[in-house]
Formats: sequence, structure tokens, C-alpha cells
Amino acid sequence: MASDLTLGTFPYKRPPLGTLPPMARTRAPAVAGLFTIDDGGPRLIGGRVPGTESYFFPKHLGGADPRVGPVGLEEVLLSRRGRVWSYTTSHYPPPPPFVATSEPYEPITVAAVELEHEKMVVLGQCTAGVGPEDLEVGMEMELAVDTLYRDDDCDYLVWKWRPVAAGSEDPEAERNGSSP
Amino acid sequence: MDEIAVLGVGMHPWGKWGRNFTEYGVAAARDALADAGVDYADVGFVSGAVTVRCGYPGYVAGATFARALGFTGAQLASSYSACASGTTALQAARGQILSGACDVALVVGADTTPKGFLAPNAGRRPDDIDWLRFHLVGATNPVYFGLHARRRMDLHGATTDDFAMVKVKNSRHGAHNPNARFTKEYGLDDVRASPVVSDPLRLLDICATSDGGAAMVVSSMDWARSRGHRAPVRVAGISTVSPTYPDPVIDLPYLAADSVAEVSAPLVGFKESIGARAYDEAGLGPDDVDVAEVYDLSSAMELDWYEQLGFCAAGEAERLLRDGDTAIGGRLPVNPSGGLGAFGEAVPAQAIAQVCELTWQLRGAAGARQVDGAAVGITVNQGLFGHGSSVIVRR
Repeated sequence: MASDLTLGTFPYKRPPLGTLPPMARTRAPAVAGLFTIDDGGPRLIGGRVPGTESYFFPKHLGGADPRVGPVGLEEVLLSRRGRVWSYTTSHYPPPPPFVATSEPYEPITVAAVELEHEKMVVLGQCTAGVGPEDLEVGMEMELAVDTLYRDDDCDYLVWKWRPVAAGSEDPEAERNGSSP
Repeated sequence: MDEIAVLGVGMHPWGKWGRNFTEYGVAAARDALADAGVDYADVGFVSGAVTVRCGYPGYVAGATFARALGFTGAQLASSYSACASGTTALQAARGQILSGACDVALVVGADTTPKGFLAPNAGRRPDDIDWLRFHLVGATNPVYFGLHARRRMDLHGATTDDFAMVKVKNSRHGAHNPNARFTKEYGLDDVRASPVVSDPLRLLDICATSDGGAAMVVSSMDWARSRGHRAPVRVAGISTVSPTYPDPVIDLPYLAADSVAEVSAPLVGFKESIGARAYDEAGLGPDDVDVAEVYDLSSAMELDWYEQLGFCAAGEAERLLRDGDTAIGGRLPVNPSGGLGAFGEAVPAQAIAQVCELTWQLRGAAGARQVDGAAVGITVNQGLFGHGSSVIVRR
């Protein structure tokens, strides 16, 4: 039956190596449920107290607002952009569960960015090549997705911050019709 | 708030001794009992500050110390609130005393620490924010210290030399402290030459982790008088406040601060509220303070505390430091013990050690690091996950 070919049976006989085109590497969030990796631009997945403008990140670990009721938080996508609140660069490799990917260790720059709409400061690594000399408090940043670590088959992704290129417009603002 | 008496204090020297934490706690407890002139049999409540790095005996620290000192039927409690654990243990003792459940309590904290960064427990735990911050961002504790230091530079014009001068000052203080781990006096060039850990902070700006133990014997004022303690150092205020939502300042161990899109931040921020609660209980204010022990997890953080405790307005901490106000001999000496810079942090013992130092200062028994005429002292510290910690003592 054709379904044997499409769904496979277990255990199935693996075709000899070299008879199939190489598989595309898969991409997956290093931890599920914290951010989207859509082509339209990555977004952090936050929580909001229903009926308010009170936001949390991550959603499943948020909720310091005393108004959080038994219904809990509703899921929302957070602003892609914000402004630098502060930043630092780690010159020593963090211990596990951080996964070191370079040998020798390359310093990691971490930015704390206040999201445009939510007025909430969110931490993240900066994209490769961004160091403290490239940053200053108040400058505009946007969310990116980058590889955190990889194994034989998969790139495990995380959100990161990168400076907004001068003159570029926020696609999200365009969609919302609020762009000047 | 009614006061309780500090009858005795004791410490096991800080170091990297690598022995069982119980040993340090028991040594400190015996010293505190001897200092108080109190028979251990009179202790009705043993209040332990918990360590999470030493297995089950650490989780039940109150029982562990009591058993090692000898079980007498005393009531027990064990408190954990990260760096604030010692203050929580002291507060539990005050509650027992003021409720009349006991006359005398023993408060003990001790730790044996691993080398290097403090890290979360093993295993994949994506529902644990402490695990997520290490795994996804590599946000060690010094990352947060670095963020706050950089923010201070940007907002208030602090320089890396200002941060270094905190270390220089505290190392001068700690050089005279037999319980301190680091007694070398550092100069500005030493700090400048140490490697950057979390930009803009260098190795000598950031506190180490240490082994150590500290203990206090506390009692009701009536019991103290009945035993001839006519003018003991008194605990006048204890604060273990949590933040009031929303707290817009990103801090350990979170990936995000609170949103202030709809609800504005409270007029008094979390760090400011910690000391404010202790001042309220004591009926005192910043102008009354003669000496302070503040949590200098980083040198830059000490400057933040000057402002958060009301010693000066926001942005003026560097001036206080540069003018020598916060050095021994100055107007308001801060960290005469040498602070965490000279000790390294032994988590459950540290908040107790702060009160030990102030007790010696208020008794006039601090030797070469004595602050002249000290009558009121305040401690401040913060445990991650929202634990404020401050104690005011007076004589």
C-alpha cells in the first residue's frame, strides 16, 4: 500500500546511504513556547492579564500582578522592538545548563531591552558580532532568531537582540497601520 | 515594633575550607553562646538559615545545627530566602520571642560553597526561570551586576574607577578583620589590572563565594535584664519585604522585569522599600544611622545602596564615596567589616554576619575597624526571587 511508503512502518528498512538527497537540517526553539520563528519576523510569546495592559514573559512563568485571576493569563505576541535599558559582556563562559558552542569561548554580550509597547525590560543575548562598543542605553533594538547550539540534525534556536539598522521600518508597525 | 536583645554573636572565619558546613555553624554558635554567657540548655528555639548546596542536612539546617549542639527539645525552624535567609531566620526568632513562645533563641547560618559561578541544579527544567536564564541567555549572577553597573554609569556618570574605589575602601576595612577571607589591601591599579568578568565589572569588583558561619543569641528584653544585661544591643527593626507590582527593574533571576505599560511603578521602588520598612519599624531614619553593612555583591551595587537606604539622593553616591564619607573615619562608614568584597558570600550566613559586625561596632568592640560612637546601624541585602532583607540595631 502507498501508505506504507508515506507513513512508514516500524521498524522500517532504511535506504542505503547515498540513495536519497541530503535531509535539510531542522530548526527548533531550544525551549518551546517562548518565541515564534515565523518568516515574518520572530516574536516573543508573552502573557497578559485579560482586559489589561499588564504583560509577562515568559507567559508560563509570569504573573506578579495581583489582578491575575483564576482565568490566568492570555497569550500575546510582544513587540519586536524596544530600547536598550542596559547591557554587559560576559568574558567567562557561563556554567551548564549554558551550552558552550565555541572553543575557545567567545564573550557573549547580553542586552536588557525595554519593549516598545509593553514597557517591559527583556533580557537576551545580542547577535554575533555585537559588542559593548556597538551599544548605548536608549538605542533601538529588534528581535532576531539565532542558533544557540546544534546537534547532528537540528539547529536549536533562541531569541536575540540586534541593533535596528538606521532608517529601517518596523514591519509590525506597518501591519498595524501605525507607521508614519 | 517591640525590640529584642542581641546577647551574643559569633562567627567562623570565612575562607574556602572545604569542610562540612555544620562545623562552621556549630563553631559560630558556640562562640555566640559564650559571648552571651548563655547556657545552651536555656535556648528554646533554634532558627537555622538553609543552604541548598550541602544536601538534605542543609535543607533542615535548624535541625542539623541543633543536633550537632545536642538535642534538648528546643523548637526548630529552617528558613530559606536565598541571600536573605539569615534575616528570615532572625525574624522567625523575633516572632517566637515576641509571641512569648520562647525567651532565648539561637540563629545560625553556614555554608560550604563550590568553586566558580553559582549555577542551578542539574537536569532539564524549562519551568524553572533560574534554569532558563542560564540555558538561553547565559545570564550568570555577574551578568545582572554588570547590567546594573552599566546603567549606573549611564544614568549617574559613575566611572569604573568609582567602582574600583569601593573595593579599595572595603579592602582597607577588611584588612583589620580576623573573620574576613581576603585581607589584602588593594590599590586602584590592582582593580584596574584585574580581568573583566562582566563588562564594566572586573574580577576584583565582584564578590567570590566562600565557606563560613555566623550565629546570634537573641532574647526578650525582660530576659536580658533578668540576666544582668543592662544595656544590650537591640534589634529595632527587621524587613523581609517583597516587591510591590510592578517592579520595572530587571533583576536576578528573571528574564523580564514587570510591565509598566498600564500601571506605573510605585513611587518607592523595591530596593528602596527594603530599608524603608526597617526604618518604619525602628522609628528611625537615614539621618540616625551611624554605620551600615550593605550587600556589595559588586562594588557598583554598594553605591546603589547608599541611595536606596536614603544616605544621599539619587546620583550622589559617587560624591559620598569620593569625599570619604563612607570610609571608617567618615560621616557614615559603610561596610567596616570589609563587606562581601573582603568576605566572599557564604549565602545563609551572610545576613547574620552583617548583624554580628554591627553588634561589635555598637559595643565599641570592633578594634582597628571601630566606627567611633556608633549607636545605630543598618544592614541591607536582597535574596533573589523577591526577598528584601534589612535589620536595624541600636544601643
